[in-house]
Amino acid sequence: MTGRKHAASRKPWTEALWGYAFIAPTGLGLAIFYLWPVLQTAYFSFTEWGAFGGHTWTGLENYARLFGDPEVGRAVLNTLTYTVLGLLGIPIAIVFAALLNRPGLGGVTLYRTAFFLPVVTMPVAVAMLWRWLYNGDYGLINQVLALAGIDGPNWIADPATALYALIVVGVWSSVGYNLIIFLAGMQAIPKELYEAASMDGAGRVRQFFRITLPMLSPTAFFISIVSVIGSLQLFDLVFVMTGSGQAARANPAYSRLQTVVQLFYERAFVTNDRGYAAAIVMALLVLIAVLTILQFRLQRRWVHYV
Amino acid sequence: MSERRPLGLHAVLIISSLLMVAPFAWQIITSLKTLSSATAVPPTFLPEGRWDNYAKVFDLLPFGEQFLNTVVMAAGRVAGQVLFCSMAAYAFARLRFPGRNLLFGLFLSVLMVPPQLFVIPQYQIMSALGWLNSLQAIIVPGLFSAFGVFLLRQFFLGLPREIEEAARLDGAGPWRIYWSIMLPLARPGLVALAVLTLLWAWNDLFWPLVVNTDPEKMTLSAGLAALQGQYQTDYPVLMAGSLIASLPVIAVFVFLQRQFIQGIAHTGTKG
Repeated sequence: MTGRKHAASRKPWTEALWGYAFIAPTGLGLAIFYLWPVLQTAYFSFTEWGAFGGHTWTGLENYARLFGDPEVGRAVLNTLTYTVLGLLGIPIAIVFAALLNRPGLGGVTLYRTAFFLPVVTMPVAVAMLWRWLYNGDYGLINQVLALAGIDGPNWIADPATALYALIVVGVWSSVGYNLIIFLAGMQAIPKELYEAASMDGAGRVRQFFRITLPMLSPTAFFISIVSVIGSLQLFDLVFVMTGSGQAARANPAYSRLQTVVQLFYERAFVTNDRGYAAAIVMALLVLIAVLTILQFRLQRRWVHYV
Repeated sequence: MSERRPLGLHAVLIISSLLMVAPFAWQIITSLKTLSSATAVPPTFLPEGRWDNYAKVFDLLPFGEQFLNTVVMAAGRVAGQVLFCSMAAYAFARLRFPGRNLLFGLFLSVLMVPPQLFVIPQYQIMSALGWLNSLQAIIVPGLFSAFGVFLLRQFFLGLPREIEEAARLDGAGPWRIYWSIMLPLARPGLVALAVLTLLWAWNDLFWPLVVNTDPEKMTLSAGLAALQGQYQTDYPVLMAGSLIASLPVIAVFVFLQRQFIQGIAHTGTKG
């Protein structure tokens, strides 16, 4: 028996060759289209691009320009505001997940589908739809407000409301995604904990705060990491709501809506200032890294691991 | 007491579900109105059966071409990722070779970089190959995914080893074990990756927008985004167009709801 097993087992070098062969397609693809480009982008951030192609080394010039550029400052501020306020979607998702998680509740699939619909809808279509809802003259929101005698603002063209209107869309379209992950997290909580708690006379609300929330905190931590990274890269919604170039700048709220990635898009592919664009996106990488590390540092204060 | 409580709960859930769905209902109603009745004050809530708005979308845009481009792009990316990611994932989960952990770490490092960092060099590669405004441009970089490798590796690690060992004793090589034993066992994982890849590919905007600027070569999302700048006042037509563009993935979601949900839940709890 042992002799046969020995004869049938592969030689280590054959197995190694198979291993390399199996990872070769993805390995080469990732090297060419992802890993090497990261190094190239880092290099480009120290160069200036000529109008007819070609680039020259300019050292830290792009970064010096970055820190003095008011447009970059505004874009960073807008993006950070969107990111932080967007986190409000997490408690909303937890509450609805807890409501849906009630044992024996009927119609869960239907409710879940309603919440999940915006997640699977093309972001461009979502942005267009909300542009229409937010329209100052004919939008449904202002028409409904008018019935109550309120004269609503021109939501996404008004500097006072534009960014908050955008955040509402962001939360509306991501709450279903978070809900699904929280529901999965809740189903992993041992039933015995709830049984023990109700024998001790704890009601549903108390159980939610004493058991569900602490047990769910690792899931909430994961979602907060993922949604901060996603929010910092916001592009689709703003791009469709404002457009780009001259038309976008006609929107009086443009400077309140422009995000870091949108600025990157304009510098890289509209004005073809690719060295500077590379510096912008390197700064984004640093911003994402700092906020992610910060969250990992803070997790000790609120995340309970069993 | 316990009889009455679910009623209140259902009321809360029904109202909030309606809030989620109402924008879509308004989109459908608007898409069936004339421009003048869409901009009427006060608004009318009945659809008017102006199906010609849907035909107009095809006049404003090369909508048929863009639809086809999007289907081919999504199908290509799904097929490529399911095959290539599962191969790499199987090797990382089961085969022993020098440098395995280092290589896996390199793969994972791609996940930590915001995708905008890839775009300028990728654009240059496409430009150098003469691939700007082509189907290859929107498919090829999307064939490879570190996320897919990670997701499927977790899946393979959770599969029992016994069947594999038995096949190996019968003299089956790594390719046969991968292809005839591991892939069928990993089907739920492959479906999860496929539906997520489909969703992301179909809805992707940035890369298609950058690399294919010729309207005939655009995807639906880039085409619609471009349309919005030019015809921003004809909302009924815009609503009709964005509805047709998002419908295919919504339909797939309705049919494969369980796989979608499991795929998303999987990325959350184990990714």
